[in-house]
Amino acid sequence: MDFWLLVGIMIKILVVVGITQGAVAYLILVERKVVAYSQDRIGPNRAGAEFGLPFALLQPLADGAKMLLKEDVVPGYVNKPIFILAPAISIIAAMIGFAVVPFGSVGPGSPIDFQIAPNVDVGIVYVFAVGSLAVYGVILGGWASNNKYSFLGGLRSSAQLISYEIPLGMSILGMVLWSGSLDLNQIIRWQDHNGWGILWQPLGFLLFLISAFAETNRLPFDLPESEQELVGGYHTEYSAMKFGMFFLGEYLHIITVSYLTVVLFFGGWEIPFLVSGAQTGWFWSFVKVLVMAAKVGLMIFFIMWVRWTLPRFRYDQLMDLAWKRMIPLAILNLVVTAAFVQWWRVWRG
Amino acid sequence: MRLDDPHLKRLEPPRLTLLDRLYVPQIAAGLGVTAKHMAGVVFGNKAITVQYPEEQHVPSPNYRGVHRLNKDEQGRVKCVACMLCATACPAHCIDIVGATAPETWPDREKYCESFVIDELRCIYCGMCEEACPVEAIELTGLYDLTGLSREQMIFDKAKLLSVFDLTKDAEPLKYGTPPGPASPPPSTQLLPPASNMP
Repeated sequence: MDFWLLVGIMIKILVVVGITQGAVAYLILVERKVVAYSQDRIGPNRAGAEFGLPFALLQPLADGAKMLLKEDVVPGYVNKPIFILAPAISIIAAMIGFAVVPFGSVGPGSPIDFQIAPNVDVGIVYVFAVGSLAVYGVILGGWASNNKYSFLGGLRSSAQLISYEIPLGMSILGMVLWSGSLDLNQIIRWQDHNGWGILWQPLGFLLFLISAFAETNRLPFDLPESEQELVGGYHTEYSAMKFGMFFLGEYLHIITVSYLTVVLFFGGWEIPFLVSGAQTGWFWSFVKVLVMAAKVGLMIFFIMWVRWTLPRFRYDQLMDLAWKRMIPLAILNLVVTAAFVQWWRVWRG
Repeated sequence: MRLDDPHLKRLEPPRLTLLDRLYVPQIAAGLGVTAKHMAGVVFGNKAITVQYPEEQHVPSPNYRGVHRLNKDEQGRVKCVACMLCATACPAHCIDIVGATAPETWPDREKYCESFVIDELRCIYCGMCEEACPVEAIELTGLYDLTGLSREQMIFDKAKLLSVFDLTKDAEPLKYGTPPGPASPPPSTQLLPPASNMP
């Protein structure tokens, strides 16, 4: 393998991991601000005020220091190896998904590929495969804790994640059919030529969004940890940085899902009439990275906004929604799209 | 009541339309409500937060905070050691030791030699205030009651009298003595910052 290619990939991994971890720290601050604002409060505003920084910009540092310095309690009755393994799985599964997520333009017309593993043909399948590994972190955490609340949380989570994998996978097939590729960059390029995916697949977008909420364990689908019924669900027994790792995994998942939503349904780095595949070079490449980051930021804000708006589903409603509503709708969407795509290809020659 | 009783009124749950069952309009409306609140805080300064150490929250005039032992015009403690407050107290946090009043106090037979309230046991129900026949014990608007040890939170007579000195300007006696003129209405203005609290 080309040595410099390897070095380039290493640098990209470092940058991506560093930025996403930092972003997670600040996303927690943003989330706290969003919840405060939606509840007529101000939210954190002290940390960093001594240095003249507004909005508690040093709060993530304080939070991180707290997580690292707290006593790491491992109860005596837990299954220790699995107990320690679970948060690691959770965070690794969330992080390796980034390998194929493009965060800028890739391929011809771009000075460097803004993707760790560029042009993977099975891109989206890989993301889903790795993303669904996160369920192991939750189940093993719940099982190893040897605690009935944790166990219930883990069980719920396995049922929920398995149920919502199906509509999640089927909802993207419409976009895959239209663009004719599983490669995320191809999907962006197709949208660059034909318009954003949300215009072609409104139902697919809705199904994807709902399943994505369920896959990230965010409200209204946070049954695995539902504080009011299960204390903390699968992470009841976790403290200090082990809890922090679950938290980090959850937020990394949100970032991945937001990137996927943007890539699949909001044109990736494309803005109609402003930023398109025709623009090349360093400057436009960085503009595209920023455009994509901005879209992802809006998406993440939307996820937080929904969290503080909607109450949690009841368990039977959750299953009902997945199996009786979303899967039939996803099948309908798939069949209609397939027929339409075939007709379109024949008609257009 | 029989099932065919004419007074029996049957209530049917409202039928949901298809749009209602999709939840989408309701979710959009809910997002609108949160957005309104967020915009209200960000652009309209609608937050209800009180930036505590810098700003002081002013409780309502009938707020029940730390107790005080009132003094009369001559600076004597008003308490006559009748034990009614200690009896009324559901938390048993008041401990009074009465003694025969000095010869120079012709208006009463007894006074309290020691008057101790355990502020940690107190549930701030205000029954002592209601029970007192001479308006000697009152609950003030002081709410930031903190201490470094349990012993510190057991207030003796001197401390309770000092709370009176601290709060008498901001909160005049609530009821006044019966024969005297009606006392002015309690002011909502509270104290100097309570960090001065003993």
